[in-house]
Amino acid sequence: MLRYAVRRLLAAVPIVVLVLTVTFAGLHLAPGDPVRLYLGPEADAAAAAALRHAWGLDRPLAVQYVAWLADFARGDWGTSLAQRRPVTAVLGSALGPTLLLTGASLALSYLFGVLVGATQAMRRGTGLDATLTAATTVAQALPSYVVALGLVLVFAYGATLWGWPPALRLPALGAESVGADFLAPGARLADRLRHLLLPVATLALIGAAGVARFARASIAGALRQPFVAAARSRGLAESRILVRHGLRNALLPLVTLLGLQLPALFSGVVFVETIFAWPGMGHVVVQAVLARDYPVVMATTAIFALLVVASNLLADLLAALADPRVEVAA
Amino acid sequence: MKGGAGALLLRDRRAIAGGGLVLLAAAAALAAPALLGTSGGGLGDIVARRFVAPLAATPDGALHLLGTDAFGRDLFVRLCAGARVSLAVGFLAAFTALLAGVAAGATAGFAGGAADRAIVTLTDAALAVPRVPLLLLLVALFEPGVLLVVIALGLTGWMGVARLVRTEVRSLRERPFVEAARALGVRPARLLARHVVPNALAPALVATALGVGNAIMLEAGLSFLGLGVQPPTASWGNMIAAGRDALVVAPWVALAPAGAVAAVVLACSLLADALEAALAGEHARDTAATGRASRGTPLAR
Repeated sequence: MLRYAVRRLLAAVPIVVLVLTVTFAGLHLAPGDPVRLYLGPEADAAAAAALRHAWGLDRPLAVQYVAWLADFARGDWGTSLAQRRPVTAVLGSALGPTLLLTGASLALSYLFGVLVGATQAMRRGTGLDATLTAATTVAQALPSYVVALGLVLVFAYGATLWGWPPALRLPALGAESVGADFLAPGARLADRLRHLLLPVATLALIGAAGVARFARASIAGALRQPFVAAARSRGLAESRILVRHGLRNALLPLVTLLGLQLPALFSGVVFVETIFAWPGMGHVVVQAVLARDYPVVMATTAIFALLVVASNLLADLLAALADPRVEVAA
Repeated sequence: MKGGAGALLLRDRRAIAGGGLVLLAAAAALAAPALLGTSGGGLGDIVARRFVAPLAATPDGALHLLGTDAFGRDLFVRLCAGARVSLAVGFLAAFTALLAGVAAGATAGFAGGAADRAIVTLTDAALAVPRVPLLLLLVALFEPGVLLVVIALGLTGWMGVARLVRTEVRSLRERPFVEAARALGVRPARLLARHVVPNALAPALVATALGVGNAIMLEAGLSFLGLGVQPPTASWGNMIAAGRDALVVAPWVALAPAGAVAAVVLACSLLADALEAALAGEHARDTAATGRASRGTPLAR
């Protein structure tokens, strides 16, 4: 197991280096001189030269590249051109909200996705199966910004318009209410959870549909195996067959699916955070693109990529843990 | 993709529904220039004509099927104009991705060795970067516009095709008819172009059908963020963005283009599902009829 883990880790290294190299190239391809962008057009040549020297931009490109990699590894990701503070400070406050949003969405996607998929696999060929297949096919194809706007329309504007009970009127902007700092801890937590509801529901709805389609196929495949017929002939209860034989054998493909779900989730998060003004990395990267704040754009892209590589690694290791054959085959 | 798969496809309700929706959008796109002339030449009284509800008429008696937007423009006409952009971007981007993916996948699978390893690493690295942040990076580096969106979507969408084609080519490389052509002295380039690649395209077709839908969804998303097609050129994405500001007073302004994007993306997804099933069905019959070993590529999405 340890040898396998080390091998997978080493295999991820060239991918990380490639991503970082593209990031570095992007920073240098970007139109405009960062020193000029930072100082403004009326700065004099001496000040520009001084800053260029301070940032090390007067060194050969290869030296800059190695120095940049070293700085990146040490956690020094440069200075935001728009906000005039370290990129790490800009992103530090954004990483938490994004991880909360994506983590909660992923957990709910798998919970509801497996529930729906298992229900369909158990009732294959029935009207319920067909209805759920149609529903998940549609939900999976919906763009996140369409779902987000629909939920805002119903639960933020509509709920007030139609006089729904206050519990169903959900906030559509930000991570907490104005003045939430003054609330009691319990009320503040409730306020944060209410703000989390619509963004998480958007991502979880689309994610759960994808997981359900996949879970239905893999659980149904497992239930067609001869050992399931054997278990049934021994008189095992259907629920026990589903859990012991169906779910257990569908676990591996579901863990592998994680590697495909995450990049999609991090793409959806950009739209969802923008619509709900959620103070995460997606929101930050869109603002940075609009402000041509290259260091922030590059760092966010690199972090998104590193998160995906890390979680793919985790999925591979989980798959090996769930099924020793994976380790042998690799 | 011979008669077998085609016949299976025509009997599939998903293919008919999906194909019908795409054809409808294409018809709307083709009709747009003719319609643009009809929605009143002058601006007229904007206050009276703005935010007219669907199926209602403006004071001057003009009926608006889907209502009007903040500037009194007919939404149905703008939707048709937006279909031109969406479909053009979607198909061009998916075609670019198909070309790049086939080139990379065929080279890797046919050459093997160091070239294969390099391309596989590149593919894995490109797959590790979530697509939207990568698109935003490309948009930040260059001026936003239709051409940039097509190129950016093509450059970020080739990996799935490359993986599928590589797997197919690797197995085709060892097949007797390729061996025979090689023994007859066919040059590698011709061998690849005439004998290997055409036979490796079927799974790439499914990925491309999905790719069209994804590209349409992402173009609309970028335009929604203000980073894709710029107003006043109508695109479903920037129409949703404009409608978002009027969500309370006139929800139809955002709902009409949002519904259009969702419908076309769903149509592409249905087409891909049907195509995958048809190819799998044809494959199943092939193996049943000849007892030939499986081509061995699950159509991973």
